[in-house]
Amino acid sequence: MPTKEPSPACQGETEVPGGIYVHIPFCMRKCPYCDFYSITDLELLPVYLNALHAEIRLTAAENNFPCDTLYLGGGTPSLLGPEALQRLIQEIRCRHPLPENAEITLEVNPGSMSPETLKAFRQAGINRLSIGVQSFSDARLQFLGRIHSAEQAHATIQAARAAGFDNLGLDLIYGLPDQTAGDWAEDLEQATAYGPEHLSCYILSYEPGLPLTRKLHSRLFTPLPNEAVAALFEQTIAFLSTKGYEHYEISNFAAQTGLRSRHNQKYWTFAPYLGLGPSAHSHQDGRRRWNHRSLSRYLSDLAAGRLPLETEEILSHQQQILEAVFLGLRQSRGIDLGWFDKKFKMNFQEVFAETIQRLHQEGFLQVTAGHCRLTTTGKLVLDGIVDLFVAGL
Amino acid sequence: MPVSVSAEVFDWGKKVKHIRNFSIIAHIDHGKSTLSDRLIQATGIVPDREFMDQILDTMDIERERGITIKSNTICLPYKAKDGKTYSLNLIDTPGHVDFTYEVSRALASCEGAFLLIDASQGVEAQTLANLYLALEHNLEIIPVINKIDLPSADVEWVKTQLKEDLGLDPQTAICTSAKEGIGIQEVLESAVKLLPAPKGDPEAPLQALIFDSHYDAYRGTVVHTRIFQGRLQAGDTIMFMSNKAVYKVEEVGVFQIRRVPRNELTAGEVGYVIAGIKTVSDTRCGDTVTIKNKSCAAPLPGFKEAKPVVFSSIYPVAADDYQELTEAIEKLKLNDAALIYEKDSSAALGFGFRCGFLGLLHLEVVQERLEREYDLSLIITAPSVRYELLLFDGATVMIDNPALYPDPTLIKAAKEPFIRATIITPDRYMGAIMKLCMDRRGVNSNYQYLTSNRLEMKFELPLAEVVYDFYDKLKSITQGYGSFDYEILEYRETDLVKVDILINGEKVDALSQLIHRDRATERARLACERLKEEIPRQMFKIAIQGAIGAKIISRETISPFRKDVTAKCYGGDISRKRKLLEKQKKGKKRMKMVGQVMIPQAAFLSVLKTED
Ligand SMILES: Nc1nc2c(ncn2[C@@H]2O[C@H](COP(=O)(O)OP(=O)(O)OP(=O)(O)O)[C@@H](O)[C@H]2O)c(=O)[nH]1
Ligand code: SF4
Ligand SMILES: [Mg+2]
Repeated sequence: MPTKEPSPACQGETEVPGGIYVHIPFCMRKCPYCDFYSITDLELLPVYLNALHAEIRLTAAENNFPCDTLYLGGGTPSLLGPEALQRLIQEIRCRHPLPENAEITLEVNPGSMSPETLKAFRQAGINRLSIGVQSFSDARLQFLGRIHSAEQAHATIQAARAAGFDNLGLDLIYGLPDQTAGDWAEDLEQATAYGPEHLSCYILSYEPGLPLTRKLHSRLFTPLPNEAVAALFEQTIAFLSTKGYEHYEISNFAAQTGLRSRHNQKYWTFAPYLGLGPSAHSHQDGRRRWNHRSLSRYLSDLAAGRLPLETEEILSHQQQILEAVFLGLRQSRGIDLGWFDKKFKMNFQEVFAETIQRLHQEGFLQVTAGHCRLTTTGKLVLDGIVDLFVAGL
Repeated sequence: MPVSVSAEVFDWGKKVKHIRNFSIIAHIDHGKSTLSDRLIQATGIVPDREFMDQILDTMDIERERGITIKSNTICLPYKAKDGKTYSLNLIDTPGHVDFTYEVSRALASCEGAFLLIDASQGVEAQTLANLYLALEHNLEIIPVINKIDLPSADVEWVKTQLKEDLGLDPQTAICTSAKEGIGIQEVLESAVKLLPAPKGDPEAPLQALIFDSHYDAYRGTVVHTRIFQGRLQAGDTIMFMSNKAVYKVEEVGVFQIRRVPRNELTAGEVGYVIAGIKTVSDTRCGDTVTIKNKSCAAPLPGFKEAKPVVFSSIYPVAADDYQELTEAIEKLKLNDAALIYEKDSSAALGFGFRCGFLGLLHLEVVQERLEREYDLSLIITAPSVRYELLLFDGATVMIDNPALYPDPTLIKAAKEPFIRATIITPDRYMGAIMKLCMDRRGVNSNYQYLTSNRLEMKFELPLAEVVYDFYDKLKSITQGYGSFDYEILEYRETDLVKVDILINGEKVDALSQLIHRDRATERARLACERLKEEIPRQMFKIAIQGAIGAKIISRETISPFRKDVTAKCYGGDISRKRKLLEKQKKGKKRMKMVGQVMIPQAAFLSVLKTED
């Protein structure tokens, strides 16, 4: 595995390989905090797969950038049987060539497949799993409306190891009502006990319009105060660093630099990516486009031989700068100033001098070794900091 | 020229004999607009289904606040008992003291006035003030006792006041209930019988007074005029006498809620002129319009300049909007002759205007009209009166803008304007009013009974104390029964200081205030508290301080928030997040950055709000 920091994709420079994302919009049940697009009518799966194959074929001609990652997300892509998965990967590899050592990730949810299926997934060419553990506490899993128990979470991780997966990522959620530092420490202990190569630790957020958010607004529970959430964030970073994990993005930790999610980094470094499936987003050279969110629209477009595109946007210079700032600051490496100044033909440190100075003075930000990056306290107020930069644009 | 000839066809030769120009004047809320409604309905020019209460109060703010702000003209065709049809030009006027300038200009186009008195409230401060205005213009005055339907109405008592307080003949008073439509015919008949017809020779050179105007996006400035002599029609080439600006008349007509075109306007009539006037500054209220090639000998005397008593600066929230504000304020000035302004600038807020107002309500109305009618978002600085400063070098300077306040070590003495307040109130509120006036540094009080339980109280007060929130306070402690009027006295010595507000150590010039030393600490504390409420928490600690010079006299702190981070940001989240940022950035145009602190417009405004 290469251990070099990936550098942001630059127009005109040696091309950075892209990634392919496939969205599988099916779940056994909808979790009340989730705003990914997915439906629970599994009968539509076969029809959907047909359409997806059509989309893969249709996009083959258009997308001409080399890729070195494939990410099967959702939804609950582990609902696909191994055969379907194999056919899918084959179709993709055939239309969009991937190198031998491509990172091929599958998101799996405990309770959605058997140990045998996991073995078959490995056979099918999956070399990285991202397991939606979320918590090792039944009470918290229940609050989150997950279909699985803590026991099933443990079983899935063990089965994954047994199936030969040597690149495992675990997803955890924290900041739930009443969650104490002790509770969270327990989740982290149990997760790290498996020595996962990767951890994603997300703060629970209440997005507008979701069932859990409505419950919150109806005061059916009291959210964890921001102060406490902030403390858990700091605790996460401190704990995982004692375990040797590298905190490389707001919510992401890797056992080594080479074990970062190669695919997800593409999102933060302007690399090209192709998104397949409803609601999937694609990007190449400052052009973003995305598919219709609704499955029926997706199906009907493909049935008519059309790409199921909802919109395309070409980012203006200003918009690209804005994205470079907020994506750069999400990463622990920060914004590569040499890259930034060259790409945007402006001097970052001059343009934002006042903002940088103020944020530095408050201990939120550092400029070292040609990078502008946030400190831990800075990361906690990332959105506010981005606002300040944006206001200065 | 499309001319819709009204149902009323006049015999033009006899026309002037059949015109009556009159205003309805009164203290606030005595029922002027409601009486106007009944008169309009009686003449049937507005179909019932289109009718609404206080139909002449067309502005949103007027309807929301239930008060008249602008004088409004309407031309009513009335078939009198003598069988002839008259053209009644009625002007409904505002009652609030801040809009007296509207009343005085309306009166300049009239020969008569109905002076309304609420039968349950009796004579109040603006009843007197407006009566004097009408007498100054030599108008024929007909008293009207309104709201006689109220159980608390006391007509005899009001008649006594008419005689004793106002010196009017109570015999001539008409009793009405505007609400229930009682006495309406009598009002109309007495307009015809008791008010004089206008004088003026229709054949003489045109002499027309501009008493108001407004801007129409399609037609340019619409001039509201009273023709004193001569005649005016489409095609005429007119000239404004003050600046010699020349225009060709496109349309003349009268106001009947809408503009109704007429063939011509002749001596004695009140109406409008449209002449493609796109240069807003050409039209000046009080100017005289004449015909270019047949001009009248001299302009009409016009109006006394409005004398502003309260000053404040107006800035656009988004600095880019300065040009729009400039245009908006010019256009608003057309319709608000009392507004005085000049260019101003602030370190915190950029370019804006220093404005003079006739009172705090006037200030509020100007702000609201600019925001609503011109879709602007504004920041208004704390209102101030005009102070006189005597410097050690012997110079005297007049200062109303804290930004121009000189170095205090140069100031030998400061003086502030005093007023004599006249308050008319039921005597049971005497104690509370005394206390209010003493709290406001009032001196030399005296009082006299007008009737057995009604008092007229007089105080000398600093104007600065009155503009703050005196009127609201008086209203609330007298449960609406106290009325108030004032006249300006002279400047008197005062102990003036400048209070600055600092945010994270940076002075926000737009929040500075000039104030009496005794009041400084309290006002600074209030300002800091208000700002604390309105400035959203940010990721930095925000220190808000009030200071006189280098001395901090009040302080508040906004503690920073600790968490503000979007946990997830993958492919699909990027565009969404970016759009959110772009939207917020737009929203932030409505905020001001001072020392890296975003200050919302509401925070600036909150400092002006009076105690609740
Ligand atoms: N009972 C009763 N109420 C009346 C009568 N005339 C007016 N009112 C009420 O008095 C209030 C004020 O009436 P307006 O006509 O707006 O008074 P105004 O004199 O035009 O007030 P400003 O324009 O603000 O000075 C309203 O609530 C009217 O309904 C009346 O004859 N009898
Ligand atoms: S399983 Fe995952 S994708 Fe499906 S609803 Fe739950 S959180 Fe959303
Ligand atoms: Mg009114």
